[in-house]
Amino acid sequence: MLLITCPHCGPRPELEFVHGGEAHIARPAQPEALNAEEWTEYLYMRANPKGLHAERWRHLHGCARFFNALRDTTTDQFVVTYKTGEARPDLKGPAA
Amino acid sequence: MSAPFRTDAGGQIDRRKSLTFTFDGRTFQGVEGDTLASALLANGVHLMGRSFKYHRPRGVLGAGSEEPNALVSVRRDKARVTPNLRATQVELYDGLVAQSQNRWPSLNFDMGAVTSLLSPFIPAGFYYKTFMWPRKAWDHLYEPAIRAAAGLGDAPTEADPDRYLNRFAHCEVLVIGAGPAGLAAALAASKSGQRVMLVDEQAQFGGSLLAVTDALIDGKPAQVWLDETLATLAANPKVTMICRANAFGYFAHNMIGITERLSEHQAHPDAGAPRERLWQVRAREVVLATGAIERPLVFPDNDRPGVLLADAARIYLNRYGVKPGKRVVVATGHDEAYRAALDMHRAGVEIAAIVDARPYPRGPLVEAAKAAGLTVREGYAITGTIGELRVNGAYIAPIIAAGQVGQTETLSCDGVLMSGGFTPSVHLFSQSRGKVVWDETLETYLPGQSAEAERSAGACRGRFGLAQALADGFAAGADAARHPVTHSFAVEAVEGDPKGVVGALPHNRGQGAKAFIDWQNDVTTKDLKLAVREGFQSIEHIKRYTTTGMATDQGKTSNLNALGVISDALHRPIPQIGLTTFRMPYTPVTFGVLAGMARGDLFDPIRTTPIHDWAVEQGAVFEDVSLWKRARFFPQGREDMEAAVRRECLSVRKDCGIFDASTLGKIEVVGPDAAEFMNRMYINAWTKLGVGKCRYGILCREDGFVTDDGVVGRIAHDRFHVTTTTGGAARVLGMMEDYLQTEWPELNVWLTSTTEQWAVIALQGPKARTILEGLVEGIDLSPEALSHMSLTEGKICGVPTRLFRVSFSGELGFEINVPAEHGRKVWEAIWAAGQPHGLTPYGTETMHVLRAEKGFIIIGQETDGTATPDDVGLTWAVGKAKPDYVGKRSLARPAMADPARKQLVGLLTQDPAVVLDEGAQIIVTRGQKPPMKLMGHVTSSYHSAVMGRSIALAMVSGGRARRGETLHVPMPEGDIAVTVTSPVFYDPEGARVNG
Ligand SMILES: [Zn+2]
Repeated sequence: MLLITCPHCGPRPELEFVHGGEAHIARPAQPEALNAEEWTEYLYMRANPKGLHAERWRHLHGCARFFNALRDTTTDQFVVTYKTGEARPDLKGPAA
Repeated sequence: MSAPFRTDAGGQIDRRKSLTFTFDGRTFQGVEGDTLASALLANGVHLMGRSFKYHRPRGVLGAGSEEPNALVSVRRDKARVTPNLRATQVELYDGLVAQSQNRWPSLNFDMGAVTSLLSPFIPAGFYYKTFMWPRKAWDHLYEPAIRAAAGLGDAPTEADPDRYLNRFAHCEVLVIGAGPAGLAAALAASKSGQRVMLVDEQAQFGGSLLAVTDALIDGKPAQVWLDETLATLAANPKVTMICRANAFGYFAHNMIGITERLSEHQAHPDAGAPRERLWQVRAREVVLATGAIERPLVFPDNDRPGVLLADAARIYLNRYGVKPGKRVVVATGHDEAYRAALDMHRAGVEIAAIVDARPYPRGPLVEAAKAAGLTVREGYAITGTIGELRVNGAYIAPIIAAGQVGQTETLSCDGVLMSGGFTPSVHLFSQSRGKVVWDETLETYLPGQSAEAERSAGACRGRFGLAQALADGFAAGADAARHPVTHSFAVEAVEGDPKGVVGALPHNRGQGAKAFIDWQNDVTTKDLKLAVREGFQSIEHIKRYTTTGMATDQGKTSNLNALGVISDALHRPIPQIGLTTFRMPYTPVTFGVLAGMARGDLFDPIRTTPIHDWAVEQGAVFEDVSLWKRARFFPQGREDMEAAVRRECLSVRKDCGIFDASTLGKIEVVGPDAAEFMNRMYINAWTKLGVGKCRYGILCREDGFVTDDGVVGRIAHDRFHVTTTTGGAARVLGMMEDYLQTEWPELNVWLTSTTEQWAVIALQGPKARTILEGLVEGIDLSPEALSHMSLTEGKICGVPTRLFRVSFSGELGFEINVPAEHGRKVWEAIWAAGQPHGLTPYGTETMHVLRAEKGFIIIGQETDGTATPDDVGLTWAVGKAKPDYVGKRSLARPAMADPARKQLVGLLTQDPAVVLDEGAQIIVTRGQKPPMKLMGHVTSSYHSAVMGRSIALAMVSGGRARRGETLHVPMPEGDIAVTVTSPVFYDPEGARVNG
């Protein structure tokens, strides 16, 4: 069971969270302005990196807030968690 | 009556406390402190089981959790039979009843052993090769036969009556293993004042110290040091010590799963006392002090009862006061066997010879053995054993060249103690995703790069010997606690060379000889060599093909020897063959302890409505809808469901029915931007919906497919009462929160789940208004004041209500929302008021029929996650002027307007008595053979009492354009002809909602 640090509440067990998919995929301001390829890109295409992955979590059974995290998919270690709306921290690999 | 192989003094047992137990029906005596294995050995019983595949007689091999052979079932009663316990870990209690496994009719004479005679025909991969064809024979012949012959133990015949507990714990330092390294680590870490946990799988703390006889630590005998250390740790309130605790799994982020045996070892556990406890420990730092496991030697007939590991024999002697035999051959490739030989010699066990495969063994232990007058045969291999149910002799021969031996000699003996060296236990380290690395000097895998916040200490990382283990453990404990404390242990002990032998010994016994690698799965050197000859190169493949290391012991004693044999056969060094990943559990774990309290009524939460008990009293039959219990129908007398539903349906259409709709999801959407938020979420337009009005809302996902629906009422300009499906409540709220928090944080809106705040009473039928009239205060129920799809607030039976005029039946209808705590009172008042008017309670089944008669969809029944609003006939609901809403852009894709999409239609069978199967497929032309061209499927199908015939809803390709067409539903009995109709069967003009 992962240990996840909610930026609002602190470290809590994975039981309290739900995963929310890839982070930083903003809903287009004017969806009707997008052509089919662009809309498909937004709707369906997701990254599956080996290494650092920006993903959303929701502290459902806690503060109920969404937040973002950088997790290394090869080790399952969280490098950083940060609030929704904040920019993705500029990190290349696990903080050592 | 003392057991013949029990020593007179010494060990961790109490000879004054005699315990009576039975093994396979025979009664024996043991003493307090015994394990089942040590007590049997004290009685001269080595034969404790039969092997899995060949049913060969097997004795106990080890003294701990690594034991592959001595698997027993311990039985307390019909419901308490625990199979596959290692006799080496079963603590003896008075009255213990144990049985061996894998034998029929008895351990001494086993019919299954005839398979041993057939063993030349049971090579590696036998199952794969033999049972491939024909397929049918597998079901009827092979599998039943294999299951009868094989299988490990019997399951109890009754449900487990015991209780199992679960506990979460946190600590700064968790030390796994309480041998010298673990104790020293706990000692160092505890000096920091932080929370320290120390767990050990055995009944006593101490590990190898429990069998040490001659070493001194800081000037004290090892036993005294152990007692003092345990007392020091126990006195520290920040230290938690758990014995009988199997650290079975190393999970992400330093979560360790541990099972603790609480009452298994007691003769008479208190009634209701828990049997086991699951600990889920989150540790900041972990110290692995899991020790090392002795390796058997691989030589022909090395599995004869009486052949056991040398250090295990020493543990039986020193800790349990049990001699393994009268005259033993000590076969070795490692110094520690000399320590065992010396201890045996001192205890009066005759040493026939020490047979050492190494050409020039040297060192203090070797010299001590020679000084004691023991015969040492240097450069000799043990090449076989003699005997049937017990060894009575051993073959030895000089090793004259690589893989070759000379003249054979025979030594008589009643025991063989063997040692190939010690394999560090890297299981938990490997589970933590740490990388193991091959150590050329020690010829073994050791922990390398860590993946979690842990470190290994002592023998499990190759630091063998008491002095090294203590020093390494203390340093690891200080490091884990981040506490700069040091201690230099003064250790007086005779230490040997840590290096041993890996792989098989040479022999001259021919092709038929069976030299076992994996005792529990009966894998021999020949099986591994055959796998290599057949082209397997990777250990992962060879393992699965031969099943080596795949038994319940996960190859604790066998893995390294298997690698050695494969390395020889492939002519490649061991590190190039790879190593299989260790998986949890380290030793088997019961289902009971993993389930814990989550069984029976506690398996899942049960949600009930405020009206639930009333329905129970009325004899309702319930169904599960997500976690809710919902009344499905209310049978009268001896009615079955069909009769009850028919009566309930007609009552609603004729008079009135009352229905508990409290399970509907309810979300209060509040704030200055509430209407804007609703506009963006739902496909409908909300801006112009007046206060006091309702609208049927449709929610799509961003991909344009319908995901939920429900009536939404506007309570105030800035307040919406949103209802969802029963099963979709949490999902819809989560979706709304997602958009609100992450896409539109600028909207000033609050979302609150109010599902359990409101009891919802649906009153449906022509007499609904009449029944309600006398109960409401400040509410005008007239059609002018409260038209269809509107709502009002006021009081009913003296309590506040949100009263909706809505209908999911097509009849005049009201949904009365009252605070949950008043739900039953209001329900009963309405019920009483309805008695003169024929009011009838109805359940979900009738609700489903009534709505199907009107062509109303149910999410998840008509829709399956690929239906657009237009597919299910809801285009009218779309707010077409809105610039955007969730799903709008996807609905503009050309594919969404394809006329061949499946569309909601009604189906009428040509024979009105035939009720279609829900889920049945639909074809255009009759009499097709598979593969048919499928045009759609039946989504809802019922007998409709009011229509006097069957009705069905279906999703059919281009369905709306097919009205009037005849289609066919292929069934095993033949095609059923159906006519495509409108989905609205009853009251198509919709007059009845007006009463
Ligand atoms: Zn939180």
